[in-house]
Amino acid sequence: MHMLLDHLVILPILLPLATGAILLFINDRLRPVKAAINFASTMLLLVLAILLVRHAAETGQAAGGAGNATYPLGNWPVPFGIVLVADRLSALLVLLAAILGLCALTFSLARWHAVGPSFHSLFQFLLMGLCGAFLTGDLFNLFVFFEVLLAASYGLALHGSGSARVRAGLHYIAINLAASSLFLIGAALIYGVIGTLNMADIAARVAQVAGADRGLLEAGAGILGIAFLVKAGMWPLGFWLPNTYAAASAPVAALFAIMTKVGIYAVLRLSLLVFGDQAGASAGFGQAFLLYGGMATIAYGAIGALAAQSTARLSGNLVLMSSGTLLAAIGFGNAGVVSGALFYLVSSTLAISALFLLVELLERIRVEGADILAVTLEAYGDDDEEDEVQEVGVVIPGALAVLGVSFAICALVLSGLPPLSGFLAKFAMISPMLNPEGLATVNEVSASAWWLAGLLIFSGFAALIALSRTGINTFWATVSEGPAAVRVIEILPVIVLLGLCVIMVVLAGPIMTYLEAAANALHAPAGYIADVLGAPVVVDLGGAP
Amino acid sequence: MELILAIAVGVLTTCGVWLLLRPRTFQVIVGLSLISYAVNLFIFSMGRLRIDAAPVIEGGVIDPANYTDPVPQALVLTAIVISFAMTALFLVVLLAARGFTGTDHVDGRER
Repeated sequence: MHMLLDHLVILPILLPLATGAILLFINDRLRPVKAAINFASTMLLLVLAILLVRHAAETGQAAGGAGNATYPLGNWPVPFGIVLVADRLSALLVLLAAILGLCALTFSLARWHAVGPSFHSLFQFLLMGLCGAFLTGDLFNLFVFFEVLLAASYGLALHGSGSARVRAGLHYIAINLAASSLFLIGAALIYGVIGTLNMADIAARVAQVAGADRGLLEAGAGILGIAFLVKAGMWPLGFWLPNTYAAASAPVAALFAIMTKVGIYAVLRLSLLVFGDQAGASAGFGQAFLLYGGMATIAYGAIGALAAQSTARLSGNLVLMSSGTLLAAIGFGNAGVVSGALFYLVSSTLAISALFLLVELLERIRVEGADILAVTLEAYGDDDEEDEVQEVGVVIPGALAVLGVSFAICALVLSGLPPLSGFLAKFAMISPMLNPEGLATVNEVSASAWWLAGLLIFSGFAALIALSRTGINTFWATVSEGPAAVRVIEILPVIVLLGLCVIMVVLAGPIMTYLEAAANALHAPAGYIADVLGAPVVVDLGGAP
Repeated sequence: MELILAIAVGVLTTCGVWLLLRPRTFQVIVGLSLISYAVNLFIFSMGRLRIDAAPVIEGGVIDPANYTDPVPQALVLTAIVISFAMTALFLVVLLAARGFTGTDHVDGRER
């Protein structure tokens, strides 16, 4: 067992890789077997992720350090080989990916996993890419894991086929291939200037870069940042996102909810690590860009959500809104705001994922084309009042009630209303925004803080309007023909995801402590750099001849 | 040598971006291929251009000045494989889109 724990950091990558590879060799006709293997493996991944989070939390507490576990691949000393790093943030995101994976998989077992070939393998490879991208400490390795998860996501976005999916997938693939080229250019420029690809080593050497080369380094970082921001969907780089997410099948879209967070993670990790306080003349590079870009994204997402004609597109715009909020919070450059943003990241990802699953269930109980009808009705006045009398005393079927409550919880979390986790997250972001030095000191509130706080509240309001409109049209205004056909394994993942949002409120104290430690460690990169560069190499292989 | 390489990368990128912005899927895929060639050359040049220097170090006493940087060459190898695979995958999607929509316009319909 102890031996296994030594390799804990690499297991979230190896497990999905092995499972995905094994699943390739099983014939698609044995689908129940594949589903069982996939489910068991994803369960195991969840256990590993929980262990990883506990490890990060405990080591951080015991040593008073950053809680970084390092794993030098192939036992190469650190700046020369590839190193995996699991700090609090990476561990948290691996856990989030595992939770979303398990819920999306459970949902897909009802129907979706059977509509196309190799769903289970692609699913595992996507999880592998996600875990790898979160855990790697090497820039080029990050590129490789990005490509792994993108390649799997291309397959999954097209899962189920059909004209709309292929058309959206074509755009999605083209824009991501272009972004990958930008990633390579950025990484190569940084290597050309600094001479290393290890993130911690880059951060340690940034301050020593000669004045003439600094422009080249910042250009490289900027190009790299654009590649990440395309994935994160920042305005004006995110126009592909609502189309792709709306066209993808429900479980795939639910898993894609964390794909934009990979871009956010890379921005958060690299901008704070490389351009932190120790970076000399380059400290704080790109922060203003993130702040204003994030604010523009919030506004664009809010307007898009209000204008959306279908629930799937509405969800896509909510993803943009969540990305924008996170980017702006990162750009704000305050550890308190970032810890609130991490809370928001978890809560909004869970809720959006649940919403993507709900969208499909809602489509079943509503009349064909109800979305377009509803918007038209609002514009021209509703004259459909004659059957009011017969609606008195309608029995609410159980499934419909569960769907309604789930949707209401989703709306509360996403619009940030009390008492659920969305409110806590926004509160945790806005409070340090207005009191950056802590509550004890009174100080001037900057203009950008007012704007950002205002935009956060406005975006919550826009989400509330858009979601209530959808809710009213779905549950109150459409006449459904018979009870909703919803299977337990389809509604269960939604309940689990939303239940986690409720648990986040109950356990807000310990979770915030963990996230604050994570945000403080991100803002003091010296600990990370020292831990990674001083990573011990395992010399004694035990029982050597 | 630097000038020739710089011009080559520039021309490839220019053509690639131009083709990428064209409305036909085949033009897009050729554009993406050209961009990936340009990027590979660019990565290669980031290890500084050297002639008659081996990247693989032999045993014994070593003077690093006699060797060229092996890391960008390894990176280029990886990048070539990945971009090749992605181009193949994109080609399949292109054919599927052609089959579904009956046109090779990227939006699936003629304007």
